[in-house]
Amino acid sequence: MLGYLFSRLVSVIPVALGVSLICFLLVHIAPGDPLVAIMPIDATAEQEAEMRAVYGFDKPLPVQFGIWLSNAVQGDLGRSIATGRPVGPEVTRAVGNTLLLAAAASVIGFPLGIFFGFMAGYLRDTVWDRIITASAIAGVSTPNYWLGMVLVIIFSITWPLLPSMGAGPGGSGAWVWDWQHMRHLVLPAITLAVVPMGIVMRTTRALVSDILDQDFVQALYAKGMTRTGVLRHVARNAAPTALSVIGLQLGYLLGGSILIETVFNWPGSGYLLSVAILQRDLPMLQGTILVLAMFFVTLNLLVDIAQSMIDPRISRA
Amino acid sequence: MTALVEIEDLTVRFSGERTVHAINGVSLSVAKGEVLALLGESGSGKSVTLKSIMQLLPGRRTQIGGRIRFDGRDVLALKGRALADFRGRDVAMIFQDPSLALDPVYSIGTQIAETVIRHEGVSRVAARSRALDMLKRVRIPSAERRLDNYPHEMSGGMRQRAMIALALACGPRLLLADEPTTALDATVQMQVLLLLRELQQEMDMSVIFVTHDIGVAVEIADRVAVMYAGTIVETGTISQIIKDPRHPYTKGLLAANLHGAVKGSRLDAIPGAPPTLEEPPTSCPFAPRCPSALPVCREARPPLVNRGPGRAVACVLEQEPAI
Repeated sequence: MLGYLFSRLVSVIPVALGVSLICFLLVHIAPGDPLVAIMPIDATAEQEAEMRAVYGFDKPLPVQFGIWLSNAVQGDLGRSIATGRPVGPEVTRAVGNTLLLAAAASVIGFPLGIFFGFMAGYLRDTVWDRIITASAIAGVSTPNYWLGMVLVIIFSITWPLLPSMGAGPGGSGAWVWDWQHMRHLVLPAITLAVVPMGIVMRTTRALVSDILDQDFVQALYAKGMTRTGVLRHVARNAAPTALSVIGLQLGYLLGGSILIETVFNWPGSGYLLSVAILQRDLPMLQGTILVLAMFFVTLNLLVDIAQSMIDPRISRA
Repeated sequence: MTALVEIEDLTVRFSGERTVHAINGVSLSVAKGEVLALLGESGSGKSVTLKSIMQLLPGRRTQIGGRIRFDGRDVLALKGRALADFRGRDVAMIFQDPSLALDPVYSIGTQIAETVIRHEGVSRVAARSRALDMLKRVRIPSAERRLDNYPHEMSGGMRQRAMIALALACGPRLLLADEPTTALDATVQMQVLLLLRELQQEMDMSVIFVTHDIGVAVEIADRVAVMYAGTIVETGTISQIIKDPRHPYTKGLLAANLHGAVKGSRLDAIPGAPPTLEEPPTSCPFAPRCPSALPVCREARPPLVNRGPGRAVACVLEQEPAI
């Protein structure tokens, strides 16, 4: 077990390096010169070259990568081209908001998805199963930005119960755990939770229904286990796969919330990314993507470790 | 000897996309301490009979008729908690493929201990030491270490031993064995059979042993019931069945056996295939394949002709000629 943990930890290093290389290169592959956006139209060639040197864009790519990476490891993600402010704190604040939204969506989506998926799998081919499966398909197929707008129309405009924009009175940086702020979380979190909930529901249903067909379930009944006892075994067998799906969906919640953050003006990383893309703000883009990607890598590591703790075949085999 | 299990006129029908009359009037009894082999080919209803005793058949798609009594209790009337208490404590079951019948994500020790805790409410420590005892009794080497093994870390024979340890942990009075040696190598198969026989005698347990292999039945059984198309065609002691098979199906089964076959000669397989059982049989189900079938065989189900205690044959040829 310890050996597995260690090897899994070590294997993160090349992955993280690769990911950071891709983060770095992706934005360079994208067309467009970052400086064009900020240079005045009448700037001279010398001024442009000077600016280029300030941001280090005059050096060859590998050197740029080396400098960027060594700075990033020390926590310095450079300065935004658009605003001139350091990228680090801005990304931290935005990613924090995204994490908050993702966590809220997880708290809504995953338990419900697991519960109803489990129920549908256990009550397979009954009316309950059909209702649950149909709602899961509906949830997965609904474009969530559309759903977000519909929710805004219903709950913010027709019945002004909940705010439709922003993260609360204090702006993007001042989150407080009170109702004043939390009510801003309700609509975007629900909107964001719908797709992962549907996916988790369908996965759990398939897993449970599959496991219930296995011989060992009959053997469990044969040794006198009650329904609760059997379901505990089923849950433990379903957990590793369900966990990996949840891990992937968490990644989706972190990175895929751009549309939702835009619809609800949520000051998160998606919002930051979309602004950075429009402004061709390379350091901001690279920094945001890198931080999100590192979260994703860590998340996968945690899922792997949790899986190996549940299913002995993963670490020992 | 008194009967521990009595099955009377059991019928099992599966409904679904296709209706199957899997069991069509089976009556059996197993005495205390007796080993009964249910012999028959795939689809003859052996496993279904076993699973009926435990009510392990899928409830919504199964209609069960007839009566099953265990020690005088009506087994088919058991429900909920009483059924769960009955399963595993009074009657235990071992399965064909132990690699599928054990939960892959729990250790062997935990799975055995869980059963003991469930039925006897003992502490975790006591249940674990019982699990260890059981592993020793089924002669798993270095049992202490094996306790924490997971099923995938054991060989096939070892897994079946562990399954037997699990089944016998609460000292059941009846063991249902559903082809427990079919998935094993021939040598391991023999070891497991000998182990089962030994434990059966030690614990004075009744066993219903399902097999399609008459050679296995010879090793383990006191008595044999030959099944065909969801009916019992012949019962008798193992020596009666081997030496003096009366039913044409039993004769065919013995003739089709590898033991005693001459090298190079063709095996005498029974021609034809068993009926699909979409309808319950109204005539002798074996008649279409029977070399000695008479016109009367196709008109009505043959009577079960008793020929001495525990010996019966379902064939018109066994009837006393009408005077």
